Amino acid sequence: MATATSSSTLVTGAALTASPNRQAPKPRPVMEFLSTYVFSKDHKVIGLQFLFSTLLWFLIGGLLALAVRWQIAWPWSDVPVLGKLFAQQGGQMAPEFYTMLFTMHATVMIFLVIIPILAGAFGNFLIPLMIGADDMAFPTLNMLSYWFMWPAFLFFGASFFVEGGAASSGWTSYPPLSTNVAAAPGSGWGQTLWLLGLTMVGVSSMLGSVNYMTTIILMRAPGMTMFRLPMTIWAMFITAVLQAFALPVLTAAGFMQLADRTIGTGFFSPEGNMVNNALTSTGGGQPLLWQHLFWFYSHPAVYIMILPAMGMVSDIMTCFARKPLFGYRPMVYSIAGIAGLGFIVWGHHMFISGMNPALGMTFMVSTMMIALPSAVKTFNWLGTVWGGRIQFTTAMLFALSFVSMFIIGGLSGIFMAATPVDIFIHDTYFIVAHFHYVLFAGTAMGVWAAIYFWFPKMFGRTMNEFWGKAHFFLTFIFLNGTFFTMHILGAVGFPRRLADAYHYETFHHLQPLNAFMTWCAIGMVASQIIFAINFFWSMFFGPIAGRNPWRANGLEWTAPSPPGHGNFDFQPVVYRGPYEYSVPGADKDYLMQTDPPNAAAAALAAAP
Amino acid sequence: MGSRWTGMFSSFLFLAVPVLGVATFAIAPAFNIWLPKDVSSHGATIDSLFMFILILTGIVFVITEGLLFWFLWKYDAAKATGPATYVHGNHTLEVMWTLIPAGILLFLAIYQMNTWANVKMRRPAMAPTLEVVGRQFEWRLRYPGRDGTLGTPDDLFLVNDLHVPVDEDILIQLKSMDVLHSFFLPNLRVKQDAVPGMKIPVWFKATQTGQFDIVCAELCGWGHYKMAGQITIESRKDFNAWLESMYAKQEATQPEQAAVALAQ
Ligand code: HEM
Ligand SMILES: [Cu+2]
Ligand SMILES: [Cu+2]
Repeated sequence: MATATSSSTLVTGAALTASPNRQAPKPRPVMEFLSTYVFSKDHKVIGLQFLFSTLLWFLIGGLLALAVRWQIAWPWSDVPVLGKLFAQQGGQMAPEFYTMLFTMHATVMIFLVIIPILAGAFGNFLIPLMIGADDMAFPTLNMLSYWFMWPAFLFFGASFFVEGGAASSGWTSYPPLSTNVAAAPGSGWGQTLWLLGLTMVGVSSMLGSVNYMTTIILMRAPGMTMFRLPMTIWAMFITAVLQAFALPVLTAAGFMQLADRTIGTGFFSPEGNMVNNALTSTGGGQPLLWQHLFWFYSHPAVYIMILPAMGMVSDIMTCFARKPLFGYRPMVYSIAGIAGLGFIVWGHHMFISGMNPALGMTFMVSTMMIALPSAVKTFNWLGTVWGGRIQFTTAMLFALSFVSMFIIGGLSGIFMAATPVDIFIHDTYFIVAHFHYVLFAGTAMGVWAAIYFWFPKMFGRTMNEFWGKAHFFLTFIFLNGTFFTMHILGAVGFPRRLADAYHYETFHHLQPLNAFMTWCAIGMVASQIIFAINFFWSMFFGPIAGRNPWRANGLEWTAPSPPGHGNFDFQPVVYRGPYEYSVPGADKDYLMQTDPPNAAAAALAAAP
Repeated sequence: MGSRWTGMFSSFLFLAVPVLGVATFAIAPAFNIWLPKDVSSHGATIDSLFMFILILTGIVFVITEGLLFWFLWKYDAAKATGPATYVHGNHTLEVMWTLIPAGILLFLAIYQMNTWANVKMRRPAMAPTLEVVGRQFEWRLRYPGRDGTLGTPDDLFLVNDLHVPVDEDILIQLKSMDVLHSFFLPNLRVKQDAVPGMKIPVWFKATQTGQFDIVCAELCGWGHYKMAGQITIESRKDFNAWLESMYAKQEATQPEQAAVALAQ
């Protein structure tokens, strides 16, 4: 076993002197356990470590969201549970606490859930399996990419308990609010820890990204040409490229903000900046500089947060439509197009920021154009279900809902890309609606699809279909109840990030609608109990899956479930693309990538 | 996998998306959950652009979601017989559904440029009507004094209570003292971030009299939610009378304080 070899290399020095015949020393059980399950270098274990950690943070992020929704629906009323826990002003929520809640909700969801669950959990688990490799190119780097998340978990987690509380200048962390300690309670230690946490997430992503690119380029099985790669792998590959190019900018910007806060560099503070009646910096900087640097990363990052889901959904949809992917190459090119254009649209977050309006116009044109590859992908997904033989499994329902919801998120993007309209809807609930449609209704639903789909490969058992569908229907209904209504709130101009907007004449009448949305949000979070129980129950008691429960084509389905160390018990050789479903004349409605071309041989291979 | 019932139920769930989606937008105005009353000269073009995009995206929304429903309904494995269509794509279709949206998007991009330029680029050639300064958590206003020029010792200082004359170009110089704020006038379709270290011009022309909200739309700290002001749009005559009364009030209460503030 490779695990034994690697643990013996750790103690080679001692082994050499102790046993001349180079027998591995008797592995101590603790070390054995640590190297197999904790500091494992196996991509599957690392993937599952990412999965469990991010699901836990998903729960925390969801509860933070409920607290936020509580305040929006019933401002200043006593908060159940939380009010007692953080006893403030009786049981009610202080406005600075509310500010901290939405900041940390977004931070947790983006940096500790969505990004690591896509690249970290699924990237890790799926890439070697789907390209026919025995592991990642750099297993140690891979292990480190997970363990660098822990300092981030600790920094973000600890920041809730420091003086002034966690960061509270929004997940975008705009200076001077974020750089001046006097500007907000959370702009003290909370913000410093936030920046450190962000840096650690960045290190983790970067280690992963280098590894994914190398693995996909160098370690494909014989016959697995680039244009035979499943969409999941293409998406992971392009995501990794995006990470590698965009992340350094965020890391640098984070350090600049850290320096502004700690040693008074003033990169982002203008001359004579007064906060709370105190002159707080020497100046010489520009607040807008942060916004440019931040969005230069964070716009590509929104694609980092959806491209892998798009890839996985494509694979799941073809399998349950029993049909080849419609327009494989256009699908690949449009992902590449999104990635390329993604680097020249960041200014659409800054139309109203004070940036030169002529520059805004330029960003408007590029932003309009980025809707195009998204449209092409949508049409191709529709083309994929057209003429299929659709099997309504839980995974398929989640994948279909990804498409249905992504349409809404993509179309609302066009409103905001239209600069004159954005004047009115910028920083309103229209924006909140947009990104929840792409990130929650899109990506999170895609992630559920992926969990239901690859669960058998991860744990060797399938999840319960009945409860899976119950989970789907409830989530789908409640999510639309929560988020669709945000569009019309935005049409009124209802601003985001306000602890209480009802004292404004313009927004006074919107409380009942917000209360409805909060009820839906509560329902949505409650529905996840079904998922949690199904997940853990199925892990131990679900029906045994076998290698290929969905009769799918990908290489991962030729490996045992769950695959052992080294993944494949034979050398996979690839003969075709991943989407050969319902091939006329074939004796079954799927042709695996490894099935030999010759029909007789195919029958032979299918026999056991 | 699953009975016909699962397929039918699921298809209808996906059909509910466009149906309820369109219904939400159709009903919302009846509950006044819609664009607030517009009292600006440029707002109508913004609102009509919003409506235009709403209709355009609405059509795309209904067609795509409708097709999704139809395909799910029709190609349910529990209903359709025979194998799935074995097809890898269609070149003509790809070209069509790339070029047509590209044309529409490009049209949209060009179509809106003029409005944007009017609202944010073609500043009226005039002296600023007043200066608005964001500060945690209030709007500080500074009108020219009796001499009619801004930045002289007799300037008028007010907080949160903005008055402007109707039917006249108003040019505001927007600044911030501490952190970012955003000067949002929902009824005038105006929004502009206030950035410390920058002087940003904001202009509009009000077309009706009345009192409306000034909202802070950029997170500025714990008190962001209460950073509210009020804009009163009134006739030239009422505006002059109000200005006169404010001058008198300031002169009575703090004759030299204004001068000191300016000297700083
Ligand atoms: C069809 C393509 C899209 C277009 C045209 C588009 C356009 C925009 C625009 C113009 C904004 C800024 C709005 C404002 O703040 O006033 C925005 C915000 C945002 N978009 Fe998109 N978008 C698209 C797709 C996506 C996708 C696929 C994602 C994520 C997976 C995404 C995530 C976000 C997020 C998170 C924000 C808000 C960030 C914040 O202010 O907190 N968008 N989008
Ligand atoms: Cu963006
Ligand atoms: Cu504010």
